[in-house]
Amino acid sequence: MQEALKGLWGDLLGSLRDLAPIVLVIGVFQFFVLEEAPASLAGLLGGTALVVLGLTFFIYGLRLALFPVGESLAFSLARKGSVFWLILFAFVLGFGTTIAEPALIAVTDEAAEIAASAGVIAATDEARDWYALGLRLTVAISVGLAILIGVLRILTGWSLPLIIITGYLLVIAMTGMAPAEIIGIAYDSGGVTTSTVTVPLVAALGVGLAASVSERNPMVDGFGLIALASLTPIIFVLGYGMVVQWLLS
Amino acid sequence: MAFVLTALQTIGTTILDVLPVLAFLFAFQLLVIRRPLPDLRRVMIGAMCVIVGLALFLLGLEQALFPVGRLMAEQLTDPELVGKAVAADGTVLWQQFVWVYAFAFLIGFSTTIAEPSLLAVAIKANEVSGGSVHVWGLRVAVALGVAIGVALGCYRIVTGTPLHYYIMAGYVLVVVQTAFAPKLIVPLAYDSGGVTTSTVTVPLVTALGLGLAENIPGRSALLDGFGLVAFASLFPIMAVLAYGQLAALRERGSGSE
Repeated sequence: MQEALKGLWGDLLGSLRDLAPIVLVIGVFQFFVLEEAPASLAGLLGGTALVVLGLTFFIYGLRLALFPVGESLAFSLARKGSVFWLILFAFVLGFGTTIAEPALIAVTDEAAEIAASAGVIAATDEARDWYALGLRLTVAISVGLAILIGVLRILTGWSLPLIIITGYLLVIAMTGMAPAEIIGIAYDSGGVTTSTVTVPLVAALGVGLAASVSERNPMVDGFGLIALASLTPIIFVLGYGMVVQWLLS
Repeated sequence: MAFVLTALQTIGTTILDVLPVLAFLFAFQLLVIRRPLPDLRRVMIGAMCVIVGLALFLLGLEQALFPVGRLMAEQLTDPELVGKAVAADGTVLWQQFVWVYAFAFLIGFSTTIAEPSLLAVAIKANEVSGGSVHVWGLRVAVALGVAIGVALGCYRIVTGTPLHYYIMAGYVLVVVQTAFAPKLIVPLAYDSGGVTTSTVTVPLVTALGLGLAENIPGRSALLDGFGLVAFASLFPIMAVLAYGQLAALRERGSGSE
């Protein structure tokens, strides 16, 4: 019990540290540049407290349950050597960690809101929810595929820069064809996917895998999974925009 | 009462988000590895914490991070602060929005310097390079990269120039840098792009961009509002590649003496 409280306390300090620079910068601007307190100060402070509490419990729970299980699974599967299960696990890991990513939920909701107010989709709750969910599923599938490709790369030793550069070229080609209103969201989704949940689990999978495959340097081959996971969402969301446009026209 | 309802609803959707992940993990553990979970009670408590935490975070997001991002955008583009923002011929005078760029720069720099996953990447880079990449040097390089990236992203929103020009130019630069950078630093550099944008920063920066696009005359939230996160994840790649290159050059310089 005492140990659990100590862990929670540590995570609380971590969440506070994450938020401190933002509070500091905004505070300085409010006092010295804008010289007025925002009208809804109480609501903002309450919300900030919720964010800190939520982040604390979220990280604590991840560390208590999901990270140990995920890491031991990644190591066991990497050592087991069955390519089929490994690849399936890679996809599920990428998909699962992305669908539960708080930042992604936030951004897709916002994107649906903006799309509705601009008249791209109907301005009903149902249309918004479908659009946001479609966006989230698209991104989650693309991250699943990214981790899958990354695992194949570690097994086969394909060149990472070659894959990334091919991906960039694809992004450039698709940007020319996709509807203008999806481009910003697509480019943003690359950076959104890889934060709290995905990074530790995926890094464990990559390094464990590269260490158990002989002739692979864990430093060169183990990383690069995150890079793929930031690239494929751009391609897939551009594709999502093209499909939605095609369906609505 | 309305708050309680929203809270319950958020918890409900959160459970639906997290359950499939848990189900898959259990299925793999039982069917493929064929071993029971080491400590079931611990895992259950952890899963509960994840669900409650995610729900609280999302509630707070709606109450704090989104409104604050919008509010800052609104206040920083307020005509009283900005002065005359639109020229006689209708073009937006981007020089007037200095405070916007300053705010973007500071938010980018401060959140990146404090980012724990960047510290982890920096320590690994230090090991990979055999000490030629310094932990603090790399952190400052990446933080400057993010800061310049977010500020430039705001400039783009103010001027309304197409996002993909910037990103494509950035990609070309990254490709060129990749050819010249030391091979060991390349995967780390690519990874650092995704690592620097944390769960707290992303919603705030997104709201800031949308708020700017809504408040600056002639900009649309849909076409111009997104893209700040893309800038924040592209610039660290360049910064790490450049830093690795500098470190390698310095080493070669001292080796030839």
